[in-house]
Amino acid sequence: MIVKNRPGIFQRFYLLEALKGLRITITKVFQKKVTIQYPEERREYSDRFRGMHYIKSVNGVENCTACMLCPTVCPAECIHIEAGERPDKEKYPVKFEIDSLRCCFCGMCEEACPKDAIKLSNIYEMSQTTREAWDKDYLMEQRGHK
Amino acid sequence: METLLSLLSQIWASHAVLIITAIKAVLVAVTLLQVVPLMVWLERRGSAVMQKRLGPNRIGPLGLFQGIADGVKALFKEDNPPAHVFKFYYRLAPVVSLIPAYMTFAVIPFASSIAIGEHTISFQVADLNVGFLYIFAIASLGVYGIIMAGWSSNNKYSLLGSLRSSAQMISYELSLGLSVVGLLMIFSSVRLGDIVRQQGELLVQLGPLSIPKWGIFIQPLGFLIFLVSAYAETNRLPFDLPEGESEIVAGYHLEYGSMHFALFMMAEYINMTVAAALTATLFFGGWQMLPGLPALQALLTQNLGLVGTLADLLRVLFELGSFVAKTAFFLWLFVWVRWTLPRFRYDQLMDLGWRVMLPLSLANIFVTGILIYYKVL
Repeated sequence: MIVKNRPGIFQRFYLLEALKGLRITITKVFQKKVTIQYPEERREYSDRFRGMHYIKSVNGVENCTACMLCPTVCPAECIHIEAGERPDKEKYPVKFEIDSLRCCFCGMCEEACPKDAIKLSNIYEMSQTTREAWDKDYLMEQRGHK
Repeated sequence: METLLSLLSQIWASHAVLIITAIKAVLVAVTLLQVVPLMVWLERRGSAVMQKRLGPNRIGPLGLFQGIADGVKALFKEDNPPAHVFKFYYRLAPVVSLIPAYMTFAVIPFASSIAIGEHTISFQVADLNVGFLYIFAIASLGVYGIIMAGWSSNNKYSLLGSLRSSAQMISYELSLGLSVVGLLMIFSSVRLGDIVRQQGELLVQLGPLSIPKWGIFIQPLGFLIFLVSAYAETNRLPFDLPEGESEIVAGYHLEYGSMHFALFMMAEYINMTVAAALTATLFFGGWQMLPGLPALQALLTQNLGLVGTLADLLRVLFELGSFVAKTAFFLWLFVWVRWTLPRFRYDQLMDLGWRVMLPLSLANIFVTGILIYYKVL
């Protein structure tokens, strides 16, 4: 369907419309700005924001028992766990790595975990300088509040 | 030391006018150079506040040194011309577009003359008897730089941009030239100094409101045509088809980097400054003081007890301030319009130039002629 939208005589006299436009832009000058000046100001995120992972630990021992539920449920297949055995016959992860480039921060690992071990914190500044950044030692740092 | 002083005084005695002119030329050139980083800042901050952002505010107070930082960056960047360009014209083009931009400001008066000793110093680098015709003539040379850049870049987008530019320049130069013919008929002079002086006269007295003989009041249509054509001449939005970022990438300066690109930017901003200053000079009384200022100046002169040269200096200061304020307003208008209006389509541009602007400017001349014949103006 052809929509005919012929402007009226006042619209076709472009100058008046231009003046209207100028009025709109000058009102914006005096309005409140939306910029968040990042390092000094930060956007407030919800408590349910899913950011950087960490493994919850109690008394320096990780909650994780290497049950492999999180790498199984992970849609991005970014969690790599190698299980091992402690002297007291308890299963524990020898290696626990997350490929942060593949991770889509869906939080399904957190949901799947029966031991409340893998958690997603509120941290969203995740840049690193090495490839081997997100290994077990790094993830064991308790950064979350959950 | 003695001989040096005597030599200097000898030189001063024989070449005073030359020395004064040289000082004025250097001052104007340096001031114009300072306008560029300021305008870059104004453009970026202006665009930001109109889009409810903040814009660059990190370098210096309010981000004012942003332009200088950009300049330093441009200077230190690698100058790496693409392999397919015609090197000679490629190098020449930015210079050719920058120099005419600089030259045009020479004839614009920015204050009335002042007498110091036996010398009368007029605040105008060169009072040419061809006046604004000189500006139009030199300003249209700037298009050669753009054409050179487009052609030597050996790139179809650049060439399209420069072709658009030349067509646009020719189309709008007609109406630009014709729009000031009305003023020429009224003031019977092309000397900008004369035009400004005559604009100080009283046009009508409406009760307490005295309306001066500014160009805007005697040639409103001429002003409108002049303004629109000036936007087209300086390649500013809504007539920035030579750049046309979304259509032809960046047009004529597509292949340029580092300081070469910065030279094009400088040329654009200096062209804008000249256009703004010329608009203020021709239609808003140039250095004629803004309403209210003459009373303030008289008050200050009386209270401070200034006489002779000092009183003149105060007057020149007020006039300079008025001129700068008017020019600054039109520079702001350039930015304001840029972030308000979208770009014209190419056929709309030509349509506006040839079928609206040209007949209107001719009609304006005709009506002005009739009014002058019947002694209305």
